[in-house]
Amino acid sequence: MFKLIVRRIFLGLLTLLAISVIVFLGTEILPGDVASAILGQSATETNLAALRETLGLNRPAYIRYFEWLGNILSGDLGVSLTNGMPLDRIIGLRLWNTVYLALYAAAVAMPLALGLGLLSAAYPESHFDRTVSSVTVFFISIPDFVIAVLLIMIFAVELGWFPGAIHRPRWEDVFGTMDKTFLPMVTLVLTLLAHVVRMTRAAILDVLKQPYIEMALLKGASKSRIILKHAIPNAMGPIVNVVALNLGYLISGVVVVEVVFTYPGLGRLMVDSVVFRDVPQIQAVAMVFCSFYVALNIFADVGAIMANPRLRYAK
Amino acid sequence: MTPLLRIEDLIVEGRPPSGIWIETVHKCSVDVNAGEVVALIGESGAGKTTVALASLGYTRPGTRFANGSKVFLEGQDILTMSARDRRDMRGREVAYVAQSAQASLNPAIPIGDQIAESLILHNMGNKTDARKRAIELLDLLDLPDPETLAHRYPHQTSGGQQQRIMMAMALACNPKLLVLDEPTTALDVTTQIEVLKAIKDVIRDRDTAAIYVSHDLSVVAQVADRILVMNNGDVVEEGTTDVILNHAKQEYTRTLLGAVKPKPTRETALSDWNPTAEQTPIMTVRDVDATYERQRMFQTTDREQYVLHDIELDVYPREVLAVVGESGSGKSTLARVMAGLHPALNGAVTMDDDTLPIHARKRTKEQLRRIQIIFQSPDQSLNPEKRIDDAIGRPLELYFGMKGSEKQDRIAELLDMVGLDGDYAGRFPAELSGGERQRVSIARAFAAEPDVILCDEVLSALDTVVAARVLELMKELREKHKVAYVFISHDLSTVASIADRVAVMYAGRIIDTGLTKEVFAPPHHPYTQLLINSVPALRQGWLEEVIGSREAAAGMRSNVMLHDLPCPFRKRCPVMIEGKCDSEPAPRREMGHKHVVYCQHTEQELMKAQDHV
Repeated sequence: MFKLIVRRIFLGLLTLLAISVIVFLGTEILPGDVASAILGQSATETNLAALRETLGLNRPAYIRYFEWLGNILSGDLGVSLTNGMPLDRIIGLRLWNTVYLALYAAAVAMPLALGLGLLSAAYPESHFDRTVSSVTVFFISIPDFVIAVLLIMIFAVELGWFPGAIHRPRWEDVFGTMDKTFLPMVTLVLTLLAHVVRMTRAAILDVLKQPYIEMALLKGASKSRIILKHAIPNAMGPIVNVVALNLGYLISGVVVVEVVFTYPGLGRLMVDSVVFRDVPQIQAVAMVFCSFYVALNIFADVGAIMANPRLRYAK
Repeated sequence: MTPLLRIEDLIVEGRPPSGIWIETVHKCSVDVNAGEVVALIGESGAGKTTVALASLGYTRPGTRFANGSKVFLEGQDILTMSARDRRDMRGREVAYVAQSAQASLNPAIPIGDQIAESLILHNMGNKTDARKRAIELLDLLDLPDPETLAHRYPHQTSGGQQQRIMMAMALACNPKLLVLDEPTTALDVTTQIEVLKAIKDVIRDRDTAAIYVSHDLSVVAQVADRILVMNNGDVVEEGTTDVILNHAKQEYTRTLLGAVKPKPTRETALSDWNPTAEQTPIMTVRDVDATYERQRMFQTTDREQYVLHDIELDVYPREVLAVVGESGSGKSTLARVMAGLHPALNGAVTMDDDTLPIHARKRTKEQLRRIQIIFQSPDQSLNPEKRIDDAIGRPLELYFGMKGSEKQDRIAELLDMVGLDGDYAGRFPAELSGGERQRVSIARAFAAEPDVILCDEVLSALDTVVAARVLELMKELREKHKVAYVFISHDLSTVASIADRVAVMYAGRIIDTGLTKEVFAPPHHPYTQLLINSVPALRQGWLEEVIGSREAAAGMRSNVMLHDLPCPFRKRCPVMIEGKCDSEPAPRREMGHKHVVYCQHTEQELMKAQDHV
């Protein structure tokens, strides 16, 4: 089992390396380069050339790539072109904001989704099951920015219950911030609920068809005991995976929601960097997003391995 | 005296998805007295399991009890009792043992906890007591090292052990009635003996009553006091075991008795074929080793990790060569190596002096065409999304470039050849029965016009009667199309009726090979003898006799030691020579006509040891 886990982690690191190449190449393809971005409209051919020379942009791409990679590995993310601040500080601040929102949404969504999924599986094809299924699918079919705007219109503009735009969470009063960030949280919850509910339902129903479930029933176990003790341990693999994927989405997929609510998270930082063609910032944010995604996937894999006795103990 | 269990006018209805309710079991009545073992016997679909499960007040999803059905347990109707009471009865009064322990033990819960659960569910002790009791039960069923076993998970144990673990689980609450649903069907014959013995001992020692569901009359003859014969949801005949076996009145019962295959012997081996000296094999396997370990650079795999050792095999044109052995002996792996589906580590597979690449993808079209394979389960080897004509048409396109009407005509011809109508071409596999699907697999293999067909347990998933028909078809086709079969099977009786030659595999080695007639009669390898002796006979008392024999006693002493380099069979061998069998590899000995046995004993010694049977 230990070998398997080490393998997964190694593969994760390899994935990150591949991502770094793609991120670097991707930003290379963006129209214009750092020099034209810095100088903006006033650029002349001569000072562009001079700046490129000082920034080292004339060197071949692969040399710049390895230099950039080396810097990242030594913990130096570089400096923002927009305001000259070190990127690790900018990203650090924004990252915590995003993580706050993600954890808030996860804390609401995951128990809710797992609970709804379990109940749907326990009473398949019942009214409850059908209602949960239609409602969650209804919300996932609406783009998240539409949900966000609707929520703002109803709860912020019309009713005035919650603010429609947030500056940042107040760390000195984490719980007091919860109502301020309520609307973005709800938007996120609604967009990912369906995935987790459906996956949980499907995974549990699949296990409930197994002969060992019939066996448990014929031993005299009750329905709740069968689901909790006999089915869930065998459905953990797929459930852990969908939970981790959706946590990844909460960190890296929140761009739209952050923009709509003008929430100062990583997603908005990403959008701003693209607008200002702040290439080092784009690269750094992209790498942070991807690292989270890869890390969560590794957690999911390791979780699935730990949950499966066939992988946990060899023959 | 009221019987322990009385099933009265039981009607069970089933409904296909979005269909109407149809009766599947018609007004069945069964009585089981205390301490009595009643067998339900019949083909699949006869309703045996449905009736057996009714004694737990349970119907499978999609089926229901019709009004008027009554199931009395000690006088109380369990169909009308409250759900709570019924739950309380299940496992405590009546306990169930399922067909496949592998599927019916929860893979995520340690064995000890699964056994203890029954006790905890029925408030028959706290956690510590229940655990202690679980260990006692494991010990009662002769499972090795119960303390450790209790902490292990089902996948860490063997098939025979799993079946006994399930038995222990059923016995936990000391039930009055055991419902045993084909408890030995999935097992090897050698393991079947151990499990049957365990079941019989337990029933006798505790005076438990039992319902024993099986399709195998020979097995039932060993354990049942009374037999009920079922057909299409009706009990057609009922009587004591002796009466049913020897004085059956109903035609159907006699058909079932007639379908029981005789024990494999020199006499039941039908083939008279004999390769002459001039005949050369069409396919040979030489010095083949194989492993499931991942191959690493600069590192040779330990011989102990091999699953095939030094395999030597010749396949002659048009012969049927059977490969037999217990599950896990490497039969299927050998077929996969021959087909190029599993790479050999060493050695070579040749066809007409042409060495075949070890990977199928590196073989030429012509090389691929000449070897076809038919798998055990047509449900898994036919793509459910493709119509039958796609499945059969694929080799026609690939190997002969057939298109359009030429291809369609040939498909119709092939379907006709395996006894299926032309209109099967447009159907999907799900619309066919198991036997029909296997016929399609056969047609697909013959479509390539091969020289050798590897048949991997092709009859195991089929009912006795259906299997017999498919076997007849295969015999016919071989005559007509001049093809050789490598017939992999664990069923020695079937092998006796079809094979010209037999290779017996044990722990990844071929230890006994020759003409069927010679291999199935002494002198042969002690393991071959164990296999043949373990095939149940259709008479009462066989089990007691065989358990008493030293062959069976030795065979039960130990499990297969796959990775042992001297004779791997020695710990289960009744004639093991101390200091010899455990230190040197068994020498190759020729006996009779091209009969090769790997054993320390000479032909005369083996003859002497085996002649008494």
